[in-house]
Amino acid sequence: MIALEEQELKSVEDILEKIKPYVTAQIYIELSKKLREAVKKCNLKTEDVEKIAWEVVKRYHSAFIEPGEAVGTVTAQSLGEPSTQMTLRVFHYAGVREYNVTLGLPRLIEIVDAKKKPETPIMEIYLVDEIKQDLEKVKEVARRIECVYVENVTQELSIDYSSGVVVLKLDPEMLSDKDVTVEDVVDVLSKLEIGSIEVSSENPHEILINISEEYLDPFKMEKLKNMILQAYIKGIKGIKKTIIQRRGDEYVIVAEGSNLEEVMHVPGVDWRRVYTNDIHEIRRVLGIEAARAAIIKEIKNTLDDQGLDVDLRHIMLLADMMTWTGHIRQVGRMGIAGEKPSVLAKATFETTVQKLVESAVTGEEDSLAGVTENIIIGQLPPVGTGIVKVYMKLPLLESSEKGEE
Amino acid sequence: MLNMREKVNILEHELVPKHEIIPPEEALKILKELRIEPWQLPWISIDDPVVKAIGAKPGDIVRIIRKSPTAGISIAYRYVVVEVTKRT
Repeated sequence: MIALEEQELKSVEDILEKIKPYVTAQIYIELSKKLREAVKKCNLKTEDVEKIAWEVVKRYHSAFIEPGEAVGTVTAQSLGEPSTQMTLRVFHYAGVREYNVTLGLPRLIEIVDAKKKPETPIMEIYLVDEIKQDLEKVKEVARRIECVYVENVTQELSIDYSSGVVVLKLDPEMLSDKDVTVEDVVDVLSKLEIGSIEVSSENPHEILINISEEYLDPFKMEKLKNMILQAYIKGIKGIKKTIIQRRGDEYVIVAEGSNLEEVMHVPGVDWRRVYTNDIHEIRRVLGIEAARAAIIKEIKNTLDDQGLDVDLRHIMLLADMMTWTGHIRQVGRMGIAGEKPSVLAKATFETTVQKLVESAVTGEEDSLAGVTENIIIGQLPPVGTGIVKVYMKLPLLESSEKGEE
Repeated sequence: MLNMREKVNILEHELVPKHEIIPPEEALKILKELRIEPWQLPWISIDDPVVKAIGAKPGDIVRIIRKSPTAGISIAYRYVVVEVTKRT
């Protein structure tokens, strides 16, 4: 019995060897593992195993895209149609979450237009294993990340114009929330060098600033006020707000605002998993391949949010096109559509007259190699069966002529 | 405490797939197999942080091994180029 099984396994080996050139290495490994299991479990005959193996090869090859398939056009339609069904101009989850996120069509447009800054930059900051379940330590990291200006801890600011004294009333609640002491604020203010600073004797949360004479110009007071309020105390610039969320068995910091490079360097942050929705920033810090992955992820999430199901391959093709040159190109007349080699194809997109005039001035030619151009002039486009041309191997012709002689 | 900076290796980030420089002989073989010129491959800029990290030079071809949700593992190539025109 055992000998028989061994024999079976050996014949499986032979079959696998036969199909090896027709499939990828990964399919080969998976198939050989599964077939061996199946042989042991179900007592398959050699012929059956062979049939299964060839069926796999057949299915694999039928999943290929056909030569001449207009993948770009299909992608454009597959992404364009669902986007017409998206909720228009919905900007945030009303009341469900504490922060705003651009969603739906506006977000999709933002991604494909390759906007320099997203309207609502959001970061997801994961933490290292040691502290990710400890809420107190997570809070500490969040405090270190969140950017605090004097403005954020101030309750009231009043200027006494006659004596030139600025009274800064700090909010004790905010101070403890942001983990800032009155001394920290005094330190920051003294660096501005606008005058002598003292803490009020009556109220420990009140700071008095005696403005030095050079700043005592009434016209500059507004500027001075801004200077005081915008003084930077601590944190990472660009991060406006942090929220701690529980996801599964860990705490995650969700931050409004984005500064990938600096956040990655904060101790306690798991920099391998830090994520931002600012694709240009990902390109700058992590490279074009990471940006490609981020584009796919962002578009997929946006569509999933709206309950739309688009095949991932379309999104991958779009991301490939957007990152083709090593930089992020928008899908529009300044990017992919505008860099097409054909004059007519460019003119079809936006600003028709302008493109035609430009091309006429520079004397461009159109070789009519693409799909759009050929549709405009009413010719068979090079798509599907239209892509096939007859070629003849010349040496073959010569030899057949010789044969006739 | 604020000056403490974690050491970061971007190559290990979740979003960054494996990049490797292909030796010239192998690169020629791949180009021949695909029947293309190097410029017809997708590009990767010389100022790309990953290119800097692996030390690729202009003219190199980089193999990228991506984890793909549809194909398991997919292999792509990129041609290292120098910025001539700054678009985007």
